[in-house]
Amino acid sequence: MTRSTIEITPTRDDGRIARLATAAIVLSVAEAAIPLPLPGVKPGLANIVILIVLLRWGWRDAVWVALLRVFAGSLLLGQFLAPGFFMSLAGSVTSLAVLGLVVHLPPRWFGPVTLSLFAAFAHIGGQLLLARAWLVPHDGVFYLVPVFALAATVFGLVNGLVAGRMLRELPVA
Amino acid sequence: MNRLAVRDWLALLRPGDYMALLLAAAVCVVSALALWQGGAPDKVVVRAGGQVFAEAGLSSARVIEVPGPLGVTRIEIEPGRARVASDPGPRQYCVRQGWLSRSGATAICAPNQVSLSLAGGASDYDSLNY
Repeated sequence: MTRSTIEITPTRDDGRIARLATAAIVLSVAEAAIPLPLPGVKPGLANIVILIVLLRWGWRDAVWVALLRVFAGSLLLGQFLAPGFFMSLAGSVTSLAVLGLVVHLPPRWFGPVTLSLFAAFAHIGGQLLLARAWLVPHDGVFYLVPVFALAATVFGLVNGLVAGRMLRELPVA
Repeated sequence: MNRLAVRDWLALLRPGDYMALLLAAAVCVVSALALWQGGAPDKVVVRAGGQVFAEAGLSSARVIEVPGPLGVTRIEIEPGRARVASDPGPRQYCVRQGWLSRSGATAICAPNQVSLSLAGGASDYDSLNY
């Protein structure tokens, strides 16, 4: 066998990001099996992983894990390049941008729950704007804002609490 | 295995988290009030043959009888809602639409050339255009 001329040596960072992205992908695939009353209202369990990555390893790693989750998750679910994929991407990108800002809030006062709430609201915000601009070019989509806002509040709180708890109990790897 | 006591979960919340939670709840309430109640209609517009036949407030009950090419369409108004009570058209689509209560909602009795629409408030959709 010819020896490959390209050598890719994964660094320790690569391995860690891959492991964390796997956890996020597993959660989003598992979540896809939960029947939900309204498209777009989802617990967003993968965001627990994103929050943990953000708080333990920083924003750069969180971006990697979140985007790998969006791409690989959509490939596994057969959603790649379908509308759902773009919605998911828009939500992820917006929420990463917001997380990049709110992560600088003083940690003495603001914990994972605040980050999670901001991320959840950014998620629905990004998705609604894309939906308004592209999928449903009509202000009627905003009629659902209160439903999405309630979902973001509830799931943002729950995910933030779980992330905070896991950060406390997971061994520092 | 740790017992998951409520106290342990609450210990994870820092002062700012309560503020963020309050802010999130406020967004829910404000958006619900702004988007779900601001669009309350306040008047009824009845058209016959393309011309405005009558405009009436939505605050008191009344009945409007509109003549058209097939006969008389009866429109019934109650506080906050209106409907086409009877129509001489063959398929009765506008009658079967029942009570209209959202701004922009429209019932069209095409055969008799009569339409009923609710207006006023922040009309959040227009069933004629979209």
